[in-house]
Amino acid sequence: MTITTPGRTGTGMSTGTGGPTGASLVPPAPAPAAPEPGADAVTFTIDGIETSVPKGTLVIRAAEQLGIQIPRFCDHPLLAPAGACRQCLVEVAVPDREGNVRPMPKPQASCTLEATPGMVVKTQHTSPVADKAQHGVMELLLINHPLDCPVCDKGGECPLQNQAMSNGRATSRFVDVKRTFPKPIAISTQILLDRERCVLCQRCTRFSEEIAGDVFIDLQKRGAQQQIGTFDTDVLDFAGETPVGASALDTSGRPFASYFSGNTVQICPVGALTSAAYRFRSRPFDLVSTPGVSEHDAQGSAIRVDHRRGVVLRRLSGEDPAVNQEWITDKDRFAFTWQSAGDRITVPLVRTRNADGTRGELEPASWVEALDVAAEGLRAAQATGVGVLPGGRLTLEDAYAYGKLARAVLGTNDVDGRARPHSAEEEAFLGHHVAGRTLQVTFADLDRAPAVLLVGLEAEEEAGIAFLRLRQAAVKRGTRVLSVAPFATRGLERMSGTLIAAAPGTEAEVLDGILAGAADDALAQAAGLLAQDGAVVLVGERLAGSAGAYSAALRLADRTGARLAWVPRRAGERGAVEAGLLPGLLPGGRPVSDPAARVDIAAVWGVEQLPAEPGRSTDEILTAARDGLLGGLVVGGLEPADLADPELARAALDAVGFLVSLEVRRSEVTDRADVVLPVAPPVEKAGTFVTWEGRPRPFPQALTTTALSDFRVLDRLADALGDGLGLQTLADVHAELDQLGGWDGARVPAPQALPAEPPQVPAGHAVLATWHQLLDNGRLQTGEQFLAGTAKRPVARLSATTAQGAGVSDGDLLAVSTDAGTVTLPVVVTAMPDHVVWLPTNSTGSAVRDTLHADAGAVVRIAAAADAPTAAAEGSTDA
Amino acid sequence: MTTLTPVLTDTWDAERSWTLATYLDHGGYRGLRTALAQQPADLVNLVKDSGLRGRGGAGFPTGMKWSFLPAPDGGPRYLVVNADESEPGTCKDIPLMMASPQHLIEGVAITSYAIGCHHAFIYLRGEVVHVYRRLLRAVEEAYAAGYLGKNILGSGYDLDVTVHAGAGAYICGEETALLDSLEGLRGQPRLKPPFPAVAGLYARPTVVNNVESIASVPSIVVGGSDWFKTMGTERSAGFGLFSLSGHVARPGQYEAPLGITLRELLDMAGGIREGHELKFWTPGGSSTPIFTAEHLDVPLDYESVGAAGSMLGTRALQIFDETTSVVRAVTRWTEFYKHESCGKCTPCREGTYWLTQVLQRLEAGRGTPEDIDLLLDLCDNILGRAFCALGDGATSPITSAITYFREEFEAGTHTPADVLFPPERSSLFHYTPRRSAAGALAGVHA
Repeated sequence: MTITTPGRTGTGMSTGTGGPTGASLVPPAPAPAAPEPGADAVTFTIDGIETSVPKGTLVIRAAEQLGIQIPRFCDHPLLAPAGACRQCLVEVAVPDREGNVRPMPKPQASCTLEATPGMVVKTQHTSPVADKAQHGVMELLLINHPLDCPVCDKGGECPLQNQAMSNGRATSRFVDVKRTFPKPIAISTQILLDRERCVLCQRCTRFSEEIAGDVFIDLQKRGAQQQIGTFDTDVLDFAGETPVGASALDTSGRPFASYFSGNTVQICPVGALTSAAYRFRSRPFDLVSTPGVSEHDAQGSAIRVDHRRGVVLRRLSGEDPAVNQEWITDKDRFAFTWQSAGDRITVPLVRTRNADGTRGELEPASWVEALDVAAEGLRAAQATGVGVLPGGRLTLEDAYAYGKLARAVLGTNDVDGRARPHSAEEEAFLGHHVAGRTLQVTFADLDRAPAVLLVGLEAEEEAGIAFLRLRQAAVKRGTRVLSVAPFATRGLERMSGTLIAAAPGTEAEVLDGILAGAADDALAQAAGLLAQDGAVVLVGERLAGSAGAYSAALRLADRTGARLAWVPRRAGERGAVEAGLLPGLLPGGRPVSDPAARVDIAAVWGVEQLPAEPGRSTDEILTAARDGLLGGLVVGGLEPADLADPELARAALDAVGFLVSLEVRRSEVTDRADVVLPVAPPVEKAGTFVTWEGRPRPFPQALTTTALSDFRVLDRLADALGDGLGLQTLADVHAELDQLGGWDGARVPAPQALPAEPPQVPAGHAVLATWHQLLDNGRLQTGEQFLAGTAKRPVARLSATTAQGAGVSDGDLLAVSTDAGTVTLPVVVTAMPDHVVWLPTNSTGSAVRDTLHADAGAVVRIAAAADAPTAAAEGSTDA
Repeated sequence: MTTLTPVLTDTWDAERSWTLATYLDHGGYRGLRTALAQQPADLVNLVKDSGLRGRGGAGFPTGMKWSFLPAPDGGPRYLVVNADESEPGTCKDIPLMMASPQHLIEGVAITSYAIGCHHAFIYLRGEVVHVYRRLLRAVEEAYAAGYLGKNILGSGYDLDVTVHAGAGAYICGEETALLDSLEGLRGQPRLKPPFPAVAGLYARPTVVNNVESIASVPSIVVGGSDWFKTMGTERSAGFGLFSLSGHVARPGQYEAPLGITLRELLDMAGGIREGHELKFWTPGGSSTPIFTAEHLDVPLDYESVGAAGSMLGTRALQIFDETTSVVRAVTRWTEFYKHESCGKCTPCREGTYWLTQVLQRLEAGRGTPEDIDLLLDLCDNILGRAFCALGDGATSPITSAITYFREEFEAGTHTPADVLFPPERSSLFHYTPRRSAAGALAGVHA
């Protein structure tokens, strides 16, 4: 197995010597080729060292490559040059027309100066002029900077502190009055600004403008009073943006800031920007840093986990040019306390039985006892059958163990990793197009694509890093982003995207309408854009709820030649597909229905044969369990409220004869389980997440722990059942994954699902549209109130006509109801198709699936709400 | 003996000089008629030949600036007139636009035609509301008379002119900050390259010229480049407005050939005020190094002033007699730069903040012996290290003042400036601030 835990950063998937074998189940990405010095290379000298760099290279970058560190503050490799801080001044001479090298009259900022042939650069190491200039600028930067390093979060890892030591005067000549400000300003509930520490390098404002597109902070005033401030959207329009308006307030009711605001804290070269969650919590030199991979989405962002004495204190973005560059979402950064929440399960639990045979209380038990009870219960249940529901947040290794347990030990194909609305069409799509086809579309392809179509995917909310890369592509390279969605979100607008409006359920129809000669201009134009070389179609997991949409997406890709990729939300989704956590799919895209595939896998697993009948999907497993057709369930990290019908799940968990739960924290499943086996959260285990691209993202264990990975627990459970999985260690799993390799046999046939007939929408009704907000009431965000405060305020959206029909206008409360319940939210009238209402899927006061028992595409009742939101709707998400 | 050469100022004493009618009575818009009959390229060459150099301070050849525009690509090109005159002492564009705005409008029309621009902008300093009104009215009159708008004078050439009032920031006189401000952004200088000629206003090829430069163009078109070159020196051709202010008998605008000396100008202006003598003066506004009486005969052209250690700048001749404390004057200027520093770059933002405090200390007589060397070293750390010329300009008065009047700064270590130079002796009349006690004075003891 070439998956090894990475070193300092997450870039080196193949740190071994052999490079990608291509034989592994999820082979690592090939290392990017080193850039060849092109024909237009520029040769010049820095400090007497001759060097060649590609044309357009900045002097400061060329110096870095030679190991010459020029001090800097405003310079950042991923931001456009600013030349604001003037710390990186160097002495430069350039050849004139006759070729005589003539010194430039002033020192030049090396962060804005492109190298030219024959240029002679002298840095502070060889030029007294440059050295004095740098000392002078450093002294000026420090005159208004407070000497509060001992209490500053940045102290110990502060570029200003470090460079003041290396390139500054030992003593200050400033005996005058420093500029001060009241401290701090709360830019959001999470981000705090101490203005007196700010050196006005503008990294934060440039990040906000150039990368995130959230111009939520900007420079204000001038001269020494210049400062970073929050943006009053009531007064000022966003430059090049529409105002966020009433819709995008954060939960405190102030203008929404940004999902990416934490990055400004990390790139701040001083301690001016700090996060409420980490402020005054620790000193950097007390922290132990471990590289990691974010567990929050399928983007696989490299992160750095900083911990002290077994407690994670903060997470930072790691650097990985191939994936997240140096940026992560605020959820990646701040949502980690769930892993050490008070409801963590640390020991196995076994439920006592009451005298009448009903379930009693969970009692702590030894591993041996718990595993014996579990094995005994499962053996008994095997008579009718055992279903396996692993959940969507597993590492590749854990997912693989679940699949092997189900098929090799429990002898069933009733295993499905999809803990969300799903469809048979989706399974066929995944088996046909996704499984076993890794790295067919990558982040780099998004950078290069001339056009990208998003279908059932709200990139900013559901795929943060893809959003950032698409936005950069749109801004820098003019990539056209198209989105098939009910309305243009601010995220789409910030990608300069084009909306192809579609009511929920009509996605297939719209996709089939993208034809070169389409009567609709927008569709014809989209067809032209997607026919370009390198065009990409990204579909989200939400298409499972729109009959025929996956099939139509495949047809669209065939028709236009655009490459098609599936971008799920959760970190474990793609790994689960590769590991075969689908009822009809074995590892590596092998169809269960293919005898050769079964033989292949059976040989590796050392079993005589594998069950040949395709199994049940998640919903079918739950239905069967409820109806007594399955005697037992093994359930991983699954929340009933995430499923299309939470009540079905609860009924099934209640009814099933024997329930084994593998969980990190107490949940609705553990509350019903007969045996609870504690497993480790990502920070306490090593493993591999697989990105939506199919890129393995291995990560090491950060904290010392007694908690076990799911695969280890499952291996011991299998032992107790009699047949071991042979997966005692991570190396065992990797060896087996390598042994399995890919599959070149027949694939699952493409789905040919037909679109559903558009539903009749009677008066007072609307079709429901919904998706998750990045920050909502998800289980992995509990315990982080500062982050929660930066979530968008939940609103209901509907068109002006629909709003009028329902008798509501902007700001009024709208009641959206089904027979199961009512969600009441303030209205934001939005340009979108009529007879559609949009709700956030799982935000405060809007637990759509749990309250309404409905998902996108359902017909719901809408009416002006008589009163304030009901307590029931507010509290219904607190599982 | 050099004499005045009134061209731009010729009609300032006419009845209602600011109206189009008066302008036409004095031969206005002949230049535009002549220009529209010519090829644009010929006009560019004409201005090149004339040797006209930018009147905004830097003195870059105007015709050459026009010729830097890339070849037309079908997209828009812009002329932006920099009318953000805000340098202390500089006072030429505002009186010109006040007294005779049509000079500028005609110049805008000719220049726009020459460079292929169909939408020109005049970026005016926002505080001068009266000038703003005059300009708006002048543009309105020119539209009504067919000198602007569609098919100008039947030539088929179209031009729109927008007069924009800034919000009052000195930095917006820097051409790229001006462009950002005009685009509705925060006025801070842009990174160059790209230069405005390549990517200026709205990232399109743009010429940014000073008011006086543009206003001089009609006369060149009418009089020809040879006529223009009869005035001034070989490399500093033509006439310019010299603004005399301060301790001079008759302050005001004197339009004269470049190369005239202050001695000659003072003769015309009635000399230093009665009973006093010249102490120091600025040749081109507060950001140019000061001169003293020994520079009275320096020809006021770009080269000679440069050779004497200063810059011709905007020909803002601020005259100070022996009653003036150079420390106090320099402190006021530095306070101005501190107030107007845009904040983008460290040297200017922090440097002016610090310089002000040191100078205020010296003015109050509380300086330390190290302060003068500190000032010089700080200036050295700012000059040439700042993002734009504002920082450089802030250091000029300090370093030059210390060069010529070091002893006055040394006195600042023990005696307040207003004790050495009582402020009332510098003023023309006794000034009592309305809201303070009777007899109170300006200065640190106020």
